Amino acid sequence: MGYTLVYTQVLEFVPYLISGAWISLQIAVLAFFGGMFLGLIFATIRTFGNQISNKIVICYVTFFTNTPQLVQIYFLFFALPEFGILLSPYIAVLLGMTLNAAAYLCEIQRAGFLSIRQNELDAAKTLNFSLIQQVKYVILPHIMKVLFPPLSNHYIIMTLGTSMAAIFGVEELTGRAFNINSETFRSVEIFSITALIYIVITFIATFLLAIIGRYFFKAKIRIIQ
Amino acid sequence: MERLIEEIPNFFTIWNVIFLAKAMGVTFLLTAIGCLVGFSVGGLLAVFRKTKSYYLLPLRFLIIVYTEIFRRIPFLVSLLLFFYVFQIMRISDNLFLIATITVCVIATAYIGEIIRSGIESINQTQWDAAAAMNFTYYQTLKEIIFPQAWKVILPPAFGFFIMFIKDTALASQIGVMELTFAAKILNNKGFSPLLSFGTILILYFILSFPLDRFGKFMERKLASNRN
Amino acid sequence: MENLWRESLHQIEIKSANAFYEKLHVLKDIDLNIDKGEIVSLIGPSGSGKSSLLKMLVGLLIPKSGKVFLNKSLINFDNQSDLRNIREQIAIVFQQYNLFQNMNVLKNVCIAPTKIQKRNPKEVNEQALYLLEKVGLQDKLKSYPDELSGGQQQRVAIARALCLNPQILLLDEITSALDPELVKEVLDSIRLLASEGMTMLIVSHEMNFVKEVSSRVVFMDDGSIIEVNSPKNIFDKPKEKRTLDFVGKILKEK
Repeated sequence: MGYTLVYTQVLEFVPYLISGAWISLQIAVLAFFGGMFLGLIFATIRTFGNQISNKIVICYVTFFTNTPQLVQIYFLFFALPEFGILLSPYIAVLLGMTLNAAAYLCEIQRAGFLSIRQNELDAAKTLNFSLIQQVKYVILPHIMKVLFPPLSNHYIIMTLGTSMAAIFGVEELTGRAFNINSETFRSVEIFSITALIYIVITFIATFLLAIIGRYFFKAKIRIIQ
Repeated sequence: MERLIEEIPNFFTIWNVIFLAKAMGVTFLLTAIGCLVGFSVGGLLAVFRKTKSYYLLPLRFLIIVYTEIFRRIPFLVSLLLFFYVFQIMRISDNLFLIATITVCVIATAYIGEIIRSGIESINQTQWDAAAAMNFTYYQTLKEIIFPQAWKVILPPAFGFFIMFIKDTALASQIGVMELTFAAKILNNKGFSPLLSFGTILILYFILSFPLDRFGKFMERKLASNRN
Repeated sequence: MENLWRESLHQIEIKSANAFYEKLHVLKDIDLNIDKGEIVSLIGPSGSGKSSLLKMLVGLLIPKSGKVFLNKSLINFDNQSDLRNIREQIAIVFQQYNLFQNMNVLKNVCIAPTKIQKRNPKEVNEQALYLLEKVGLQDKLKSYPDELSGGQQQRVAIARALCLNPQILLLDEITSALDPELVKEVLDSIRLLASEGMTMLIVSHEMNFVKEVSSRVVFMDDGSIIEVNSPKNIFDKPKEKRTLDFVGKILKEK
């Protein structure tokens, strides 16, 4: 085989990798909430808007959900300069991920809107709830419970998706793994440790989300099945 | 803008078009092979994971570990890991092979989960009735559970297929000649990035959108059949 | 002498059986004997262990301690072939019918005898047709479970159990999931079976039916057998106070 696994040489880089994981987390969180915000606007337009704006949003969502996130970011990074818009790698990735997330989160949140059943609203009306009270006591809790699992799931997907940023030179977890690799050439060791860190991150995230879900939203998520 | 319009005929030469068509084929092939293997092996994993025998416990444990690992690593990292392992161990330097194997391993983990979910969605009462009549575990799966579970399995499995087409874009990073890599090549050759990546986006859309529509149609049909 | 002779007829003997479902002690020191041709009814409040007792007899619930004998031979619940053996002799009809949703009525009845008991398919088919006619479903052979009413599904379940040619039939609250109008047609089928000499263990809430059809009634509460008595006595002159309370409550509801 001519190659022995030498993990000790790579262990000193682990803190460097872990701080890279922190950057991955930042990107994921920013893109997620950005996408949630935009997605909410889109979902509202889709549910309550007029014909034209509805069609526009449909086009947007269809486009972004049928093309790869990687190529979307490539486009933003390489094609926008043609129009004079120069984005740093970090911004390009963040923008790309946000726009992509907005499309998926729009659909998820729209499903949440649609899940409100008419009789729940009627029941609230007969109890003389004002519109604000209806939203606060009936609609919001129900929506939160319905939305929490798919949103959490998408968040995990996005966390793993941040690894694409490495391709553009961003120094998040995978990007740093690239750096170490070009220095030490201990590829298998480096990327297996990187993989391990991703596994740990996602486990922690799933665990925390499960707890948050259970206590705040009464939504149940399983950690391992 | 005029530059762009000038470039278009240069871009859409026969050679380029064939080049892109081949790349599209590679993308589709990677996805299809991955999902086919993923469905078969994933199905086996799901079947063995739900066994109750004490002796099969180590196998169940291995399956759980395998599934959890490959569903929690980014696609890119899996690809790189397999790439370097193959390189180091001198197994092969065929990039398509490496990518295909990675894709199969990942798809197996994901589709295996989908199938397992489908099996679990079948009410325990069906298992009880079968057990009371002396059906073995495998007979129950074959005669009773799978005939009911496939309706629950198919929509998410198909959804995964469609999602997977987009994930194969990452295979470009290890040099596989699929669509995204083709875009990079064209871009490097000097064509406008707008044209290169824009065209690729459209090509992915052409691959994905009809399948997406078909998937939604199929879901509606299955849901209405159930009622 | 008479006692010895009667003992040799015990089809089922349960001695000090204890069973747990997860952490719950569902069967506590159960002692019960059932003779060939007897019709024993189990009554009691929800959660008293009646269904658990039935499940144990088909091997769906493994007892932690105690002994169960079938036709004088001890059942080893850890042994797969012993479990197969009891299931060849004892058939169960569930409260939720548990019909196989992916098969039509005829296939539901035929599949186990054909595929598992490996009998002649033609013979099985004939028997299935006969049984389905007996329960009044000869027109529904090609229907699927979700096209049938609850009462019809339950009758299919009965035919399915009978097609296995069991020696003993267990009926687990088979009228509980039915609308009142449908209860009668199911009970009629059971009456027919009772008159033909099948050994049966019936869990039921239908007190009038229980009184009419049983040779013995067993009252269970909280996992234990409280009283075993004749149908007449258990309702009119029960020995135990708990039996009296339960019977009183049930009759008041009617």
